[in-house]
Amino acid sequence: MNWVLLLEQTLNGFQFGILLFLLAAGLTLIFGIMDLINLAHGSLYMMGAYFAATFTQWTDSFLLGALLALPACMLFGIILETVALRTLYARSHLDQVLATFGLILFFNEFVRLIWGPIGLDIPLPEQLSGSVELFFGIRYPAFRLVIIVVGILTAFLLYLLVSKTKIGMLIRAGASNRQMVSALGVNINLLYTIVFGLGAALAGLAGLMAAPIMTVEIGMGEGILIITFVVIVIGGVGSIKGAFVAALIVGFIDTVGRSFLPDILGLFVSNDVADTAAPAISSMLIYILMALILAIKPQGLFPPKGA
Amino acid sequence: MKLSPRATIITLLMIGLGAVPLIADGIDEPFYTVLFSRMLILSIGAVSLNLILGFGGMVSFGHAVYLGIGSYVVGIGTFHAVEDGVEWMGNGFIHIAIAVAASALAGLFIGAISLRTRGVYFIMITLAFAQMFYFIAVGNENYGGDDGLSLYTRSDFLGLFDLSNDNSLYYLNFFVLVASLYLTHRLTNSRFGKVIRGTKSNEQRMKSIGFPVYRYQLVAFVIAGAICGLAGVLSANQTDFVSPSVMHWTRSGDLIIMTVLGGIGTLFGPVIGAVAFLLLEELLSGVTEYWQLFFGPMLVLVVIFARGGIDGILVGLDRWWQNYFLKKKAEEN
Repeated sequence: MNWVLLLEQTLNGFQFGILLFLLAAGLTLIFGIMDLINLAHGSLYMMGAYFAATFTQWTDSFLLGALLALPACMLFGIILETVALRTLYARSHLDQVLATFGLILFFNEFVRLIWGPIGLDIPLPEQLSGSVELFFGIRYPAFRLVIIVVGILTAFLLYLLVSKTKIGMLIRAGASNRQMVSALGVNINLLYTIVFGLGAALAGLAGLMAAPIMTVEIGMGEGILIITFVVIVIGGVGSIKGAFVAALIVGFIDTVGRSFLPDILGLFVSNDVADTAAPAISSMLIYILMALILAIKPQGLFPPKGA
Repeated sequence: MKLSPRATIITLLMIGLGAVPLIADGIDEPFYTVLFSRMLILSIGAVSLNLILGFGGMVSFGHAVYLGIGSYVVGIGTFHAVEDGVEWMGNGFIHIAIAVAASALAGLFIGAISLRTRGVYFIMITLAFAQMFYFIAVGNENYGGDDGLSLYTRSDFLGLFDLSNDNSLYYLNFFVLVASLYLTHRLTNSRFGKVIRGTKSNEQRMKSIGFPVYRYQLVAFVIAGAICGLAGVLSANQTDFVSPSVMHWTRSGDLIIMTVLGGIGTLFGPVIGAVAFLLLEELLSGVTEYWQLFFGPMLVLVVIFARGGIDGILVGLDRWWQNYFLKKKAEEN
């Protein structure tokens, strides 16, 4: 066993988990409060990356680009909510799936029209492109460390927002009993728009942070969206805490599984078999995990109260 | 007997579908046979999805997985038949038998776990399972992995009919479609079908009456999977190619779109939907490269405004027609 590699992959898994959490938090809030299945959440992630790419080109600075992309994403989400999604809240899940599926088609094509079919690369700023020495001479890419720190900070801010502020109180109330909140005279439409904007900003943040380490391309949000679904199903739909725990578990298992499964399998079967089977099995791991958890707890690890 | 406008249109559609190869040969455009052949295959997929989605209210977002399983049975079979000379592996009857069995088994596995959950969980789990099978196909380098497998020969039906002829394949597709429509008709009107439909409208009630709802739903789920697996066999033969993209999650989305676009929970709705979907794709992509830019929002509009899909519009037409005649009669009297 290579301990340095294990540590490095654990950190990578943690970093992937953080990205998943940023997506899952918005998605689970939107579902918990508006009862809306938003397949187009992955498109918000994609828009975050594309906005960041464009703004970085304009300003010649990734930091400025990112700072501009964030409100742009939020605005984009708010417009999307007001124009298209608002009418879907009262509809069946099937209708929501279909309509938001239509939106994915639209956004993918829209991006292809504006930015062209070829993926973009965002160069990292120089201060962040190197690696940092953690301890015992183990080095880790600085930018991935930044993702982890920003992610944890965001999770903490989200926790403060949801559990300590008035708006957070309304969000929690909305998640457990929608009718009651609107009956008490809260402007529920405004609350919906705010929550959606927040979710869009979180997805955009994930997208723009992923942009420099993965390619910015059409459909980049779809693969990660499905993993995000796995995350919120495991965590319990509507629960931010569940999303956080599940995101870290899924991120860890997926990343570490991919790099260590051939070795682990090699202990039991011949190396040839292990090498051919491992890629398939490692991409199945999180789904197997999901199946196991749901077989035991059909409502996920942290089912929200009152649901 | 007088046919209503809706019945007339549906009858004409089915007769028209049956006559496509004749017309295509007549105007010397064999391309249309291939296009409509694809429509038939996806119709079969949509009809099978409709069984659980439309009649049973189970929103499965992973139905394309059975298309994939069926396709891969043919792909892997003919691969060994051609490469290793294992003759029986190229046999179409064996392909069909294994594809149906494998799809039913996959349906049993997916359904047994997914049906424990409800609502949004069910949607996401079926999606995730389909994704799992997708990755198995992607990771399987022996059979082409991501790039897929080209089929050098189609399923061999022992000289009974020759699938390398596109018209024979077309009529096989047509036969399977009609058979699956007949099966759906018989199933949904049987006692079994009534339990399934009753569960859709009120699960608690069916449970209280004493029906083991879970088992009924699971059986429906397995049957739908098996039929769609058969569509997969046809699809592989149609395209002469098998790749993980047959079961990409957007394929599952397409099947849902077809079902809903045509008319969910009606016998012929999925067929109308599949035909309309592929015609739209064909027309729009002929006009602009960015056809999804229009197709996407159209879908949103259909969802918001046209409940009941195209079949719903036909039902409205029927009602208008009836009223028209009643009024005419009243005026005559």
